[in-house]
Amino acid sequence: MKEVTFKINGQEMTVPEGTTILEAARQCNIDIPTLCYLKDVNEIGACRMCLVEIAGARALQAACVYPVANGIEVLTNTPNVREARRVNLELILSNHNRECTTCIRSENCELQTLATDLGVSEVPFEGEVSGTLVDDKSDSIVRDESKCILCKRCVAVCGDVQNVAVLGSVGRGFTSQVQPVFGRSLADVGCIRCGQCIVNCPVGALKEKSSIQEVWDAIADPTKTVIVETAPAVRASLGEEFGYPMGTPVTDQMAAALRRLGFDKVFDTGFGADVTIMEEGTELLGRVTNGGVLPMITSCSPGWISYIETNYPEFLPHLSTCKSPQQITGALLKSHYAETNGIDPKDMVVVSVMPCTAKKYELKREELKVDGIPDVDISITTRELARMIKEARIMFDQLPKEEFDDYYGEYTGAAVIFGATGGVMEAAVRTLADILNKKDIQAIDYEMVRGVQGIKTATVDVTPDLAVKLLVASGGSNIEKVMQQLKAGELADTHFIELMGCPGGCVNGGGQSIVPAKDKMDIDIRAERAKALYVSDAKITKYRKSHQSPAVIRIYDEYLGEPNGHKSHHLLHTTYSQKPKLV
Amino acid sequence: MAELIPVENLDVVKAIVAEHREVPGCLMQILQETQEKYGYLPLELQGTIADELGMPLTEVYGVATFYSQFNLTPKGKFKIGICLGTACYVRGAQPIIDKVNSILGTQVGDTTEDGKWSVDATRCIGACGLAPVLTVNEDVYGRLVLDDIAGIIEKY
Ligand code: SF4
Ligand code: SF4
Ligand code: SF4
Ligand code: FES
Repeated sequence: MKEVTFKINGQEMTVPEGTTILEAARQCNIDIPTLCYLKDVNEIGACRMCLVEIAGARALQAACVYPVANGIEVLTNTPNVREARRVNLELILSNHNRECTTCIRSENCELQTLATDLGVSEVPFEGEVSGTLVDDKSDSIVRDESKCILCKRCVAVCGDVQNVAVLGSVGRGFTSQVQPVFGRSLADVGCIRCGQCIVNCPVGALKEKSSIQEVWDAIADPTKTVIVETAPAVRASLGEEFGYPMGTPVTDQMAAALRRLGFDKVFDTGFGADVTIMEEGTELLGRVTNGGVLPMITSCSPGWISYIETNYPEFLPHLSTCKSPQQITGALLKSHYAETNGIDPKDMVVVSVMPCTAKKYELKREELKVDGIPDVDISITTRELARMIKEARIMFDQLPKEEFDDYYGEYTGAAVIFGATGGVMEAAVRTLADILNKKDIQAIDYEMVRGVQGIKTATVDVTPDLAVKLLVASGGSNIEKVMQQLKAGELADTHFIELMGCPGGCVNGGGQSIVPAKDKMDIDIRAERAKALYVSDAKITKYRKSHQSPAVIRIYDEYLGEPNGHKSHHLLHTTYSQKPKLV
Repeated sequence: MAELIPVENLDVVKAIVAEHREVPGCLMQILQETQEKYGYLPLELQGTIADELGMPLTEVYGVATFYSQFNLTPKGKFKIGICLGTACYVRGAQPIIDKVNSILGTQVGDTTEDGKWSVDATRCIGACGLAPVLTVNEDVYGRLVLDDIAGIIEKY
């Protein structure tokens, strides 16, 4: 690779050709402020916060888009640079609804941090604020234009990363906004509610629709039994909200915190994930032996479900009929748990804690209800759980380690890795291989489906006679590529496809802790958080295969009978249908 | 002026896209011609253009709202344009706008409910000698005083 040598603040540096000044500076620990920049996603030079001086050049240059050239001399801390950045920041702030004390992003806001760091103590240009609209019609996403700084990170994420493209630049000049078409709500334009725009917005212009009050109300209601289930990926991110290094699993403190918040029972979505593997694995085997529709595609991710319903309805028969683990756990709580504990399901409130904003919508879907009763009543994100813990003044880092409650709180390593892309696939293969070979296979680390690549393929010889072809993809734009291949008939010999709406899977879901763009330059949050899950799988959980979970064995013995049996179909399976993009 | 094509007829917009689609940066041209034929660019037409070009609707809409020449709502049968160029502005175009709006019950950019009138402020139309100037479709009225307005509107 060709290299270039240049000087930055007097220090000589050699970097590969094509490196931007911003990236090069980062490598030698010189920080340049940014707002619109999002590594690999939004490099458009719009906000002008990253201005630097290049000796001999007349104008200041945007470091995020300026490739280093041989012999240039970059200065990042001159009076001119400081003044220009400050004026730009003041202009942005003058058109911003600055209500930090009541803003959801306070203390994790890139704009607020910059204002503090650059020492802006007053905003001299007071003027009209151009955006006033708050769009909260969506079940999942709230947009507040009064906070939007028009950085377009969400536009790039929604369009280029997720291939949904429902947010765009509208109009020009002072009244220009980032919003959906024709003044519509996000609820009415085909948004898949993945929340990727939220976790990539530098400010409080995008947030999840809060369900915190509903949870407090349920807990305070003495007539209700309030049960919580937590998704695998939550434990991999919740710690970040309390200052733990990324990738620290905080499972045990989380269980302790949930009890102190007042939940009557603390269960785990991993239980439902293990049941999912039994159901989905059986369904796959059935399709392979009976000539059913193949490849079969997973159905755990509500973002992906919305994507296929609006973009590829003709391929709906490829979806597994299994509900997602959130719903399966809820459905079993409201049936088996309710029956065995003598509780009327109507007096139960099932709360899920999810890495996902789309789950708030999923739980309301009619096609998932059982006899009119929703499986899950309220879903909160990892961030909302952290807010509840803070509001309750629980000292998270001082909590004792506790366990989930019995039975529905039991889960295997196979369930934990559901939270990372490839995890559902690996969990399914572990069980399929054992069942087909009728033995307890020990080599179960299927590395070929792990890792953060957008699309992975593998062929696994599950038995001497059966080689299964697998494909794993995550993130809308990768999903789109897979669907194009499927449409072109190129995946006809593939058996099983795992698709997740968010890049990297649930660990990087739209409900997870928000990481500043700066930190994302150095670390891949998808890989860091996934580590927490694979460590749990390898070292912590007692069982690593869904079919070996005593809780799973018991629920089939006592209640469900067999996977894909009559009861399962009633409670745990569903079908989806075409949905219009624009409503 | 030629009859406008009803929005239900999507063949024309499809033909326009087909004619230009190979040319890089053809979107502007397509939007212009579509507006000429249909009079405005509602969701149905922009959606068809986006689908035919395999482009997100947000991008089409972004361009359609970036340039003030594109109308997202139907214009009235009679389009009043009040010039807001410097000469007209200095000679009192704003009171004229206010007068028009008060007679028609509109605001700039609106179309009356019966579809008869729409009111827009325009850039300089090059009739500075006649300032202040107002146009109704192709008719130009110049050297206006406020009392002229009601009479002009009455004529249509
Ligand atoms: S978005 Fe940031 S700067 Fe704006 S009000 Fe919220 S915390 Fe403050
Ligand atoms: S939630 Fe996802 S689909 Fe919806 S606007 Fe945000 S990024 Fe786009
Ligand atoms: S909503 Fe957030 S990410 Fe999108 S443009 Fe506004 S500030 Fe940027
Ligand atoms: S212009 Fe470089 S970060 Fe915005």
